[in-house]
Amino acid sequence: MTTEFRIDVEKALGKTEVRAHFRKAMDTLMTNRRHQFPDDAALQALRHQAQAIRANALSKLPELLEQLETNLTKNGIQVHWAETTDEANQIVLGIMQKHNAKSIIKGKSMVSEEMGLNHFLEERGIEALESDLGEFIIQLDGETPSHIIMPAIHKSKEQISQLFHDKFPDIPYTDDVDELTASARRILRDKFYAAPVGLSGVNFAVAETGTLCLVENEGNGRMSTTIPPVHIAVTGIEKVVEKLSDIPPLLSILPRSATGQPITTYFNMISGPRKADEKDGPTEVHLVLLDNGRSTIYSDPELLATLRCIRCGACINHCPVYVRIGGHSYGTVYPGPIGTILEPQKEGLKVHGELIQASSLCGACGEVCPVRIPIPDIINRLRYDSVRKDTEHTNTRDAGSKRKPLEAAIWQGWAWSAARPSVYNLGGNIATQLRGLVPNKVGAWTRVRSAPKLADKTLHQQLKALGVDHE
Amino acid sequence: MSNARAAIFQRLNAVERPTVDLSQRESLSVFAWDKAERIRRFTERMQMVRAEVYHSDREHWLDTVAEICQAKGLNNLLLSAHTEWGQAISQNTERFPTLKHYEHSIENWKEELFYDVDAGLTSTLGGVAETGTLILWSNPDEPRTLSLVPPIHIAILDTEQLFSTFAEAVNTQGWLEQGLPTNALLISGPSRSADIAQVLAYGVHGPKELVVVLVSEMLDE
Repeated sequence: MTTEFRIDVEKALGKTEVRAHFRKAMDTLMTNRRHQFPDDAALQALRHQAQAIRANALSKLPELLEQLETNLTKNGIQVHWAETTDEANQIVLGIMQKHNAKSIIKGKSMVSEEMGLNHFLEERGIEALESDLGEFIIQLDGETPSHIIMPAIHKSKEQISQLFHDKFPDIPYTDDVDELTASARRILRDKFYAAPVGLSGVNFAVAETGTLCLVENEGNGRMSTTIPPVHIAVTGIEKVVEKLSDIPPLLSILPRSATGQPITTYFNMISGPRKADEKDGPTEVHLVLLDNGRSTIYSDPELLATLRCIRCGACINHCPVYVRIGGHSYGTVYPGPIGTILEPQKEGLKVHGELIQASSLCGACGEVCPVRIPIPDIINRLRYDSVRKDTEHTNTRDAGSKRKPLEAAIWQGWAWSAARPSVYNLGGNIATQLRGLVPNKVGAWTRVRSAPKLADKTLHQQLKALGVDHE
Repeated sequence: MSNARAAIFQRLNAVERPTVDLSQRESLSVFAWDKAERIRRFTERMQMVRAEVYHSDREHWLDTVAEICQAKGLNNLLLSAHTEWGQAISQNTERFPTLKHYEHSIENWKEELFYDVDAGLTSTLGGVAETGTLILWSNPDEPRTLSLVPPIHIAILDTEQLFSTFAEAVNTQGWLEQGLPTNALLISGPSRSADIAQVLAYGVHGPKELVVVLVSEMLDE
C-alpha cells in the first residue's frame, strides 16, 4: 500500500544528512531536559501538579472561557470566537481591513500555522511576515515548520547561509551564526518599525485576571505585541487556566521540558491595550479564540486529555519515529506524538488516520509529557476508533473508516477460538505441524527481513514439558 | 461571529465533565534561601545566560552605573526622570553620557528610539533567584519599549525585592490584589536564539546585552 505519507517517509529516511541533524538536535534537547530535572521525585510531583492545573481548567472550560472573556473585555481587549480556521482567518482579515493594513508582522504562533493564515492573507494581497528567527528562515524558503518549537531544525548552518545569500544578495556571504542573526535583526527591525499590525500566539490565558501570557527567547513576541498599533492574538479555546497562581508551576515545567532552559528569556503577560497615560504599546488588542475541532475532542472523557497539552514539544524530542522521519513527513501542522493524536482528531481519520500507525508504542512520549497526557493510550484508542464497528459510541471523525471486513472476520475468528481451549490448542498444533509451509518470501516483510519461522512446539507444549501447570 | 460563540458554548456545555481535585495549588518550589544565597543564585543564573551582574549599595550604585556607561562607551542613555534611580542619575548629568528621557508617546519619536538610542535604563519591581529573573511592570514612566528596543538594557534591582521563586514574588507583592499592569514582564537574560543549527546567538530582537545592578542597603550586610 503506497500512500503519500509512506512516500514522504521513505524520502525522509533516505536523507541521511538531514537525519543526522535531527538526531543531533533531539539528543541535545533530551540531554538538556534531563539536566533540568535531576530529582525524579520532584519532577513527578511537578508533572502531577501541572496535569491537575490543566485538567482543572478543562473541567471548568465553559465557565473559564466566559470569565476570560468578561475580564479581557473589562481590560479593553476585544474577544472574537471562531469555529473554523476559515472564520478565524476572516476575523484577522476584517481587523486588518478596518485599519487599511497591508502587512502584518508575526511572532511565533502554531495556531496561525493551523489557520494557514500567511497563505490566506497573501492571497488577498496582504504581506504576512514571520519574525521568529526559525520561522523567518523557513518562510524565506517557502517551507513549513518541522518542529513546533524549533521550526528550522531540519536546516544546516550552511543551507541557511546560502539561503540568506540568495534572498539578500546585498549581504556578503557568511556562515557565521552571529552575523546571520545580526542581519536578520536589521532586516526585521525595519519591518517592526513600519508594521501596522502585529500577531502573536498565546501560551496561557488567565481567566481570573484577563491576561495573555507568552513564552519566548528572542523578543519577537514582545516586539510583535508592543510596537505595531494593533495586536491580534490567536489561540485555541483550550489554552485557558483558572488562576494567576496556576502560572508559576506551568512556567516552571514548560521551558524545562521544551528546550531544557530553567526559564525562557522573556515571559510576557499582557492584560490590556495602551492606557491613556501610557507612552507605548498597541492601542487595540484582539484575541481570536479558535475551536477547530477542539470542542469535539472535549466531548470524549478519554480523548479530552489531548487538550491538556501545553505545546512544549518534549514528546517530539523523545520520539524514535520523529527523529528518523523528521517533521515534514507527517504532512501536518503538529508533528510527532502530539500531532499523531491531535491531527486525526481535528482533521478526521480519513485524512490523517495513517499517522496513528506511525508509532512503536514505546511509551517515551507519555513518560516525558509535563501534563501526563497518556499519548500511547490515546494512539491505541484512535486505532480502535478507526476500525471499530459501534461507531455510534464515539465522536471521533471518520470512526470505523479503516475497518476491513476480512481483517474483522479474522480477528473475530481469533477471539472465538481463544475462548475455546480445545479449538485453540488444535489450531496451535496444526500450525506447528505445517510450519515447513511458511514461504521464504512473504511480501514486503521479507524485503528487509528474513521470514518468520514457527517453533516446532507450541508454548503450551513447551511449558508442559517443563512441568509448568498453568491451568 | 456571535453564532460561533453560541455554537462553541453549546458543544462545551453539553459535555458531562469530570471533577478535578486541585488541592495542591501551592507552588512546589519552596526554598529556604537567605538573602546572600538568593543573590548568589540569581547572579549565577544570570551569568550563565551571559548577563552581567554588578553588586552595589545605596551609597555607591551611582558610581557603578556611571562606570558601566563608561565601559560600554555609551553616547547616550534612555531613562525615566521620575523613578528614584532616574532622578538621582538626572541630577548628576556630568557623570553620565547624554541622557534622554522617555517623555513622549512612541509615535512622536519612534525613529530616534529605534535607531539612535545606545542603552535603556530601568528600575525593576523585583527579581527571582531560582531562575535568575527580573520582574518589570510597564507604567507611564517606564514604558515597555525602554527595556526592549535599545541594544543594551541596564536594570537596577533592589535586593530587598529579590525573591526565591516567581510564586513567592506574586504572593508577597500581592499581584492579584494590586491588579496586573498592561504588561508584566519577566526577563531572564539578553535576547537569544538557537534557531540556526542550535548555535546560541544573542541579540535577535531584544537587547543584545543585559546588565543588572543589584543594590543592597549596605554591601557588607
